[in-house]
Amino acid sequence: MNKPFAITLDVGSSLANKTGSWRTERPVYVDRLPPCNHACPAGENIQQWLYHAEEGNYEAAWREIMRNNPLPAVMGRACYHPCEGACNRAQLDRPVGIHAIERFLGDEAIRCGWKMPVEAPSSGKNVLVVGAGPSGLSCGYHLTLMGHQATIYEAGPMAGGMMRFGIPKYRLPRDILDAEIRRIEEMGVAIRLDTKVADLAETMRTHPFDAVFLAVGAHLAKRAYLPAGDASRILDAIGLLHNLETGEKPLLGRRVLVYGGGNTAMDAARTAKRLGAEETIVVYRRTRERMPAHDFEVQEAMEEGIMFKWLSTIKAESGGTFTVEKMRLDDKGKPQPTGAFETMEADSLILALGQDVDLSFLTRVEGLEIEDGVVKVGPDMMTGCRGVFAGGDMVPAERTITVAVGHGKKAARNIDAYLRGATYAPPPKHELAAFDKLNPWYYADASPTVQPILDRARRESTFEEVVSGLDESNALFEARRCLSCGNCFECDNCYGVCPDNAVIKLGRGNRFEFNYDYCKGCGLCVQECPCGAIRMEPEQI
Amino acid sequence: MSGPAQVKFYQTGTFTIGNRLLDVSVRSVQADENRSNSLTSGHRACQGCGEALGARYALDTAMRATGNRIVVANATGCLEVFSTPYPESSWQMPWLHSLFGNAPAVATGMAAAMKVKGRTDVRVIAQGGDGGTVDIGFGCLSGMFERNDDVLYICYDNEAYMNTGVQRSSATPPAARTATTPAVGGEPGNVMHQGKNVPLIAMAHGIPYVATATVADLRDLEYKVDRAMGIHGARYLHVHVPCPLGWGSAPHDTVKVARLAVECGLFPVFEAVDGEVVGRRTIRRRVATDEYLKLQSRFRHLFSPKRDEERLAAIQAIADRNIARFGLLGEGVPA
Repeated sequence: MNKPFAITLDVGSSLANKTGSWRTERPVYVDRLPPCNHACPAGENIQQWLYHAEEGNYEAAWREIMRNNPLPAVMGRACYHPCEGACNRAQLDRPVGIHAIERFLGDEAIRCGWKMPVEAPSSGKNVLVVGAGPSGLSCGYHLTLMGHQATIYEAGPMAGGMMRFGIPKYRLPRDILDAEIRRIEEMGVAIRLDTKVADLAETMRTHPFDAVFLAVGAHLAKRAYLPAGDASRILDAIGLLHNLETGEKPLLGRRVLVYGGGNTAMDAARTAKRLGAEETIVVYRRTRERMPAHDFEVQEAMEEGIMFKWLSTIKAESGGTFTVEKMRLDDKGKPQPTGAFETMEADSLILALGQDVDLSFLTRVEGLEIEDGVVKVGPDMMTGCRGVFAGGDMVPAERTITVAVGHGKKAARNIDAYLRGATYAPPPKHELAAFDKLNPWYYADASPTVQPILDRARRESTFEEVVSGLDESNALFEARRCLSCGNCFECDNCYGVCPDNAVIKLGRGNRFEFNYDYCKGCGLCVQECPCGAIRMEPEQI
Repeated sequence: MSGPAQVKFYQTGTFTIGNRLLDVSVRSVQADENRSNSLTSGHRACQGCGEALGARYALDTAMRATGNRIVVANATGCLEVFSTPYPESSWQMPWLHSLFGNAPAVATGMAAAMKVKGRTDVRVIAQGGDGGTVDIGFGCLSGMFERNDDVLYICYDNEAYMNTGVQRSSATPPAARTATTPAVGGEPGNVMHQGKNVPLIAMAHGIPYVATATVADLRDLEYKVDRAMGIHGARYLHVHVPCPLGWGSAPHDTVKVARLAVECGLFPVFEAVDGEVVGRRTIRRRVATDEYLKLQSRFRHLFSPKRDEERLAAIQAIADRNIARFGLLGEGVPA
């Protein structure tokens, strides 16, 4: 031993001192459910595709969307984006413009010709899908990815359903819709146009399919009882939009009334304006606050000069004069007649009072139950008839194309299980990443990107798309506004703030790991994690 | 002012330690997988120790700035005791334990020795807590400044003698409860309007560089250490480091408490060259001093059993004066 004076021990490292034994709680990395994902009716993993988009990896982002939704370019335009209503960023400044980024990715995919490969081996099973709307297309797409042959019977001359016959061109250009439908067809989904299923029981008997998915939508316009002198002045909104799509231009006249307060009423009013009506007035029995139409649609309609007459119902028509009764809201918010009448002059009236499902083709299907004008389905989307599933507007749910796409996916997964004689069990959902789980200090201030809006003059006279898309640089900016709620985005905070170096950085894309030999369980990493991706758990004794 | 470069990245910008999408050149030292971990694992600091965190932040940056050629003198105190219980040590560089009061003088000697040996590449750092710096070692420190010795002195200020059981130092804030200023009597806790502000005293020596920093703003701290290592002569860095044990704050709140000290104005973060303030870190989200005080049980007597309005107002006034004096309000932050 050759040690200096008064030294008896060799110098050692503190690494010999395993301070992990002090711990009573341990931090654990978790993935929580971001509110956007939670709110998405199509079940998109939005946080995950934004994660790719943040890196500028748009193809990976698009492929992540395609795991759940085959129509990103359509959805980025026509979805009412409940994700943004749930976005935690709204509590800092404004929600992330998720729809705008989705649209950019969808358009990018069309521009670059990205395709989805079908990798599953063929199952040899054939599935009939009735209706080529968003729900039917989505179901066919997902079945194809799982190796089944999907054949869509579409009654109309073109595929797209309400995306084509319900959503006007100025919100959804047809070349975009066509491109996304073509991509689904090219994957192997057979679409038979002008093939109406008049009697499903008969079709199932003559064409043996292994399973059926019904998605015919709701195309029958509801009527109101309206004593009218000249019925030719009265049209329905769905018929108007449909005819326009097939090339018929209705003559509406100079002054047009639209009766109803939903999104279809807004579409009809804005379409009438574009068809040359000088004055378009929406007549609605309640008030703006109680309108079912989405606020941005009402806003855009108002910008285009659409006028509104609140608290009014139309009672009768005679020679271009409409009798209108004033309404008042009772204490429950329901409209009640007041007995006070007035008259309005107009050349035509468009009814937008909602739609019903044409269920006549289902009468002979055994076990299938109908309630309140829609088809009853179980949580697995199966009707009362084994092997027959249904989704979209014809089952009880909110009637939006995103819900329809979600139904298509869900039905496809259950049909796949049914065809294999199994039961589909969705994976358990993670705990919600609510705003109180975040540490918002760390997010930089960044206002949302504004999508350019078409000039008012062009909006009133043409069917050009009203809202423009983002370009690459502002789509990237917008994606990077994402807070990544509940999912690690590798900001290095846990790695940095640990006073005990008990966090191991595994390198880009591989996140981090705790070194429990030294972690004292102080919880600093949990507190300083911006996105709430770490949780403290009691130590097992 | 120069200040730390603002990182234009709209998700988290300058505020997080790093980010996978940042270019390597603008990442912090702490984000580096291969950082030196100057104070390595296994040290015996309490859970959530701000001083352990601050020391690693500062010395890792100095290590990178000098290509790992630093030697350190360390005053007695928590930092020395928890890092180096004989024969173990957590330090990853040549490190010398001085007496409680003479770390600046020892560092002066080390710097002189390096000069004599012609090892101009090796830089000297001295460090200690607030007790060893503002009280016991103050004479040596002032001498080191006055001679402009080539040493960076880092004070980790946790506002009392924590190692010996939380006794008051001249850096203890007004009204704080410590073992020697108990929460009893007519005006419980530490006396008002006493103590010293060593960063200002250091500036009065006219030394080349003086700065304050906090564990709540890593990039600012790294920028200041880096800048200090690029200057020769006496330099002083005063780092605010919360002490969960002595302050009665939750261990997981260490960074939050440090952040609120800055955002309320009680701890001004600035830098000074040749005795003149040249930059300050402005307040981003201003909070009342109450928000900062409430997280710490050493101030509990100000809120319970009833609010001590007079002294709470006096503490808020101190923060307001700092804000006015150092110009701490950022653009668009309401006064």
